[in-house]
Amino acid sequence: MTTTLPPATAAAVGTTPPSRPPRGRAAVDRAGWLTYAALIATAVIFIAPFYYMIVAASRPMAEMNQQPPPLLPGPDLWSNIVKAVEQQAIGLALVNTFIVAGIITLSTVVFCTLAGYAFAKMRFRGHNVLFAIALGTMMIPPSLGVVPLYSLMATLGLAGELSSVILPTLVQAFGLFFMRQYLQDALPDELLEAARVDGATSLRTFWSIVLPIARPGMAVLGMLTFMTAWNDFFWPVIVLNSSNPTIQVALNNLGSGYVPDTSVIMAGTLVGTLPVIVVFLLLGRQIVGGIIAGAVKG
Amino acid sequence: MTLSLERPAPGERSAPPGGGSPRRRTDWRSRLYRWEGRSAPYVYVAPFFLLFLAFGLFPLIYTAWISLHQYRLGSRMRWVGLDNFIWLFTNEKFYNALFKTFTIGILSTVPQLLLALGLAHLLNYKLRGRTFFRVAMIMPYATSVAAATLVFAQLFGRDAGAFNWLLGLVGIDAVDWRNGDWTAQIAISVIIIWRWTGYNALIYLAGMQSISKDLYEAATLDGATKWQQFRHVTLPGLRPTILFTVVVSTIGASQVFGEPLIFGGGKSDGGAVNQYQTLGLFMYQQGWTYNALGRAAAVAWVMFVLIVGLVLLNTWLTRRRQGRVKTS
Repeated sequence: MTTTLPPATAAAVGTTPPSRPPRGRAAVDRAGWLTYAALIATAVIFIAPFYYMIVAASRPMAEMNQQPPPLLPGPDLWSNIVKAVEQQAIGLALVNTFIVAGIITLSTVVFCTLAGYAFAKMRFRGHNVLFAIALGTMMIPPSLGVVPLYSLMATLGLAGELSSVILPTLVQAFGLFFMRQYLQDALPDELLEAARVDGATSLRTFWSIVLPIARPGMAVLGMLTFMTAWNDFFWPVIVLNSSNPTIQVALNNLGSGYVPDTSVIMAGTLVGTLPVIVVFLLLGRQIVGGIIAGAVKG
Repeated sequence: MTLSLERPAPGERSAPPGGGSPRRRTDWRSRLYRWEGRSAPYVYVAPFFLLFLAFGLFPLIYTAWISLHQYRLGSRMRWVGLDNFIWLFTNEKFYNALFKTFTIGILSTVPQLLLALGLAHLLNYKLRGRTFFRVAMIMPYATSVAAATLVFAQLFGRDAGAFNWLLGLVGIDAVDWRNGDWTAQIAISVIIIWRWTGYNALIYLAGMQSISKDLYEAATLDGATKWQQFRHVTLPGLRPTILFTVVVSTIGASQVFGEPLIFGGGKSDGGAVNQYQTLGLFMYQQGWTYNALGRAAAVAWVMFVLIVGLVLLNTWLTRRRQGRVKTS
């Protein structure tokens, strides 16, 4: 795991110097109509479920059970949403999820930037051991530790509280790697050396040199973290209950009702998905760049 | 201001060569400065590692200890040695869950990565509306497991589902997706494929764009066809990226949980005859439906060993293949 980021990465995160080498083959081959046809077909398949969600959420269930199913949205979106909110604490769930995801995002970005900077640019005793520990456990899904976590939260009396979801997710190994990688590429050694020669303390160097340069990377990490926290499922389903849920827990409960009204379920799903979709449509370009940057670790 | 190659500690540089009291004061300050510089990295990594140890590493390791106990929430742990594992390895349902995890893993991972490779190839052309296509590809990734599964559960409905309607158009009888063995597994795999193909395509795309253009030009000069270029330039160049996606999807496949849970209407048995009960779901059932947390911990530990084994196997296979290609 070294600095093997392709040029596309830096471009995506927005730190490329103006003159960069040509980017692979992309500049050579123009897409033919067959390529466009295949891509458009794929895009339709990828987007169709969202469209179905909107159509089903805006019509009564009986209409959705017809064959063929209706193809256009109907007028009942609001009443279906109201019914969904009556069945599950969706309003509370949205507020809860904003709190949980907000705190997790803030903490992940701050702590991972600090640690990422130390690993990217500083040499200290234990550097390699600590990094190996984080690296070795990054691939291990946190869901494997849920039994002790659950027991811990129950002992502390936190089971069912939002803090039980927040605490275990405050930092992620992924964030550490992401920020380390980002700072390794974006932060010139000369700048740090200059600060050192000028006698700046380490804290001052961090505040006035590292942070401004780290900001684009922090923004991308923040968006990815928020999305992941918003969508987190396994642990919240275990530790929270239906009286104080996050949105994913509420959706799970909505889907497991005894007489499922599919239109109401779809209305709830729409409400729970909309915030992420809006963020995505606004910042999709940056998120795509972040995913590419975070994933290509060589 | 030039850069010194040996990088002396900053304090030493500022100390004057003479002696006397100004030097002692500088000494004290430079020592403080040096101490600040030396302790800084630890201060920076401390919050991360304290939280990481408390909520990441410790639970992982402590799982092994709990797996050696009989443990119900609200009562004390009772040492039972390897009983939980013996129970596990003589239990038909465990083997069923292991098998279903494996089949759903194959059914979801293989098509997903192949489709992603093709899609990345298309996205690598010079395109109009490039951002639109990329964002469209990644939208499913932004959708939660719960939302995606709730939608697909409707699309796979027996009586009014869109898939059966489409099958009806080409004259195929309605399929009872949820109650069939393979059909339920296919339905769950489709959800996974839908959510992850675009993500993997973007990763392949990044890998493709990092392959040098010269290689393609050289191949063209040698008269290589597009397909030959793909096979002999693109694929070898993508090998590390492919290994990464295979490892990540394998780990993901071993963890499948939300899809079968919600597909089964929130029940942890994974269908009437456990036809889509994965290991993750089995663990959840033991721990939180039956309150047998010791057994759940044993399942988690087995999954851990499984993941480590699969990652090593993947790495080994890819290395071997790489070696073979190089020698040929």
